[in-house]
Amino acid sequence: MPRKNKVLVANGQGFWGDSILGPIRLVREGPIDYLTLDYLAEVTMSILQKQRSRKPTAGYATDFVEMIDRVLPELVAKKVKVVANAGGVNPQGCMQAVLGVIAKHGLSGVKVGIVEGDDVYGQLDELLASGEELRNMDTNAPLSTVRARVTSANVYLGAFPIAEALDQGADIVITGRGTDPGLVLGPLIHEFGWKKTDYDLLAAGTVAGHIVECGAQCTGGNYTDWRKVPDMARVGYPIVEAQADGTFWITKHANTGGLIDVSTVTHQLAYEMGDPRAYLGPDGTADFTSFTLEQDGQDRVKVTGVKGGAPTPTYKVSISYEDGWKATGQLTISGPDALAKAKLCAEIVWQRLAMDGVEYAPEERMVEFLGANVCHAGIASANAEPSEVVLRMGVKGRDLAKVDRFGMELVPLVTSGPPGVTGFAGGRPKGTEIIGFWPALVRKEKIRSKVTVVTAGGKA
Amino acid sequence: MIVPLSRIAGARSGDKGEGSNVGVLARSEAAYRFLKRELTAERVQAHMRAINGGGVKRYEADNMRVLNFLLLDSLGGGGSASLKTDAQGKTHGLAVLRLELDVPKDVLDATPAP
Repeated sequence: MPRKNKVLVANGQGFWGDSILGPIRLVREGPIDYLTLDYLAEVTMSILQKQRSRKPTAGYATDFVEMIDRVLPELVAKKVKVVANAGGVNPQGCMQAVLGVIAKHGLSGVKVGIVEGDDVYGQLDELLASGEELRNMDTNAPLSTVRARVTSANVYLGAFPIAEALDQGADIVITGRGTDPGLVLGPLIHEFGWKKTDYDLLAAGTVAGHIVECGAQCTGGNYTDWRKVPDMARVGYPIVEAQADGTFWITKHANTGGLIDVSTVTHQLAYEMGDPRAYLGPDGTADFTSFTLEQDGQDRVKVTGVKGGAPTPTYKVSISYEDGWKATGQLTISGPDALAKAKLCAEIVWQRLAMDGVEYAPEERMVEFLGANVCHAGIASANAEPSEVVLRMGVKGRDLAKVDRFGMELVPLVTSGPPGVTGFAGGRPKGTEIIGFWPALVRKEKIRSKVTVVTAGGKA
Repeated sequence: MIVPLSRIAGARSGDKGEGSNVGVLARSEAAYRFLKRELTAERVQAHMRAINGGGVKRYEADNMRVLNFLLLDSLGGGGSASLKTDAQGKTHGLAVLRLELDVPKDVLDATPAP
């Protein structure tokens, strides 16, 4: 039996780096039952794995701990539960930090749950030995081609372990890698008792999760008709109001900025959608051509009729590996003749590097004249005489020393190039690591998720 | 009448591997029927050729009046390997909306301007 008729699941964080005001205002400015937060991109896992290799207690989203610190008393008072993939590659470490915050606030009895089992970085050789080839889904190359350079490997787990943690009474659930929509689907499975074969319901929860997973992108952010969006500074973050039968509404708190209509919601549905008939997830597939959207009041869109299907026998694994180095830098060049001078500057840089025996292949180097039509090159008509342009240059390659050598020839243009060159703050560009991605599949029976729930100030 | 695609559609884009995903949303049923016929993968590919070195795939979602385009090689390597300013294709939706089309009067009349 469902625990409630309707459940309010909000998303307060679309990515690591999103505004901390999103979650804080969701908690303060109106009712919600769940606050979900997404911190992980593919590149994030690699960065976190590196942090953990330097410091065993690191490797999770520290922003999350700060956010909990700011709103914990209100979360407890309002009985708002939290589900976040803030665990990164160290959910245990994140849980310890959160328990520390709970203790600091003098609270006890708050239950913190973690989901583990997604991190297969330490099991890669075992998986390979057991017959999992982990071939690149795009190129079909076997993992052995980059095995020695792998920096992280995480399975996209589904929503059922999150539901299990909530079933065990967790108030705060911290996961590692999982699908973004799973953060929303997990609470709905828990509240409504949805089963693993309730494919249409699971698809409905997945579609709901997809709509809200990028935070304000469904409430008026990044919207074509941006002039129609009121009070964007105070944009309301999205809330899914869900029913046990899979019907749901997308809404936001009253008296917040932004806009929710069929168009803003459709914009987000189309975001990174791929093939709309086959939206694959670990818990099932969702058919994005199946449902109906309708306006159902101000800033309120109703979604009905979502259809789904059975899941595949595999999980997607996101593997990252070291793929060389890159450096980029920029200078600002004022007019008159800004563009002509910027082109000369770029030519001077390549010539001086060549004089020192350093040359880059065409695919290893890049020049942009920002302000003279970069984003829509070949499409929009460029201003022939912009009053200034930003010269942005970059190189990449396997040799760090060669990449760093480039950075030494940009700043000298200020005194040894044409006049009007400025904006060199920040010093010489330095090489930073390129992280390559290796999407692969692994059979589900090879992966074991693990759920642990502990009580703050007590024992598991 | 020659109008930019933005007159009859909106768009949103983002990265998808080494390419970008551009969703184009028609502003009316009439506009969707017109675009389904006219806004082919080939047309988008030709328009975006300075940005996208690869092919273009098109998907349709009639329920949302969405044509979804995958630009297969538009990010200069994609992910952290790209040196481009728009390494995630965030501006590709607006680039597609600059495409100019000869739209019949009845389609324009049935499609409210933004």
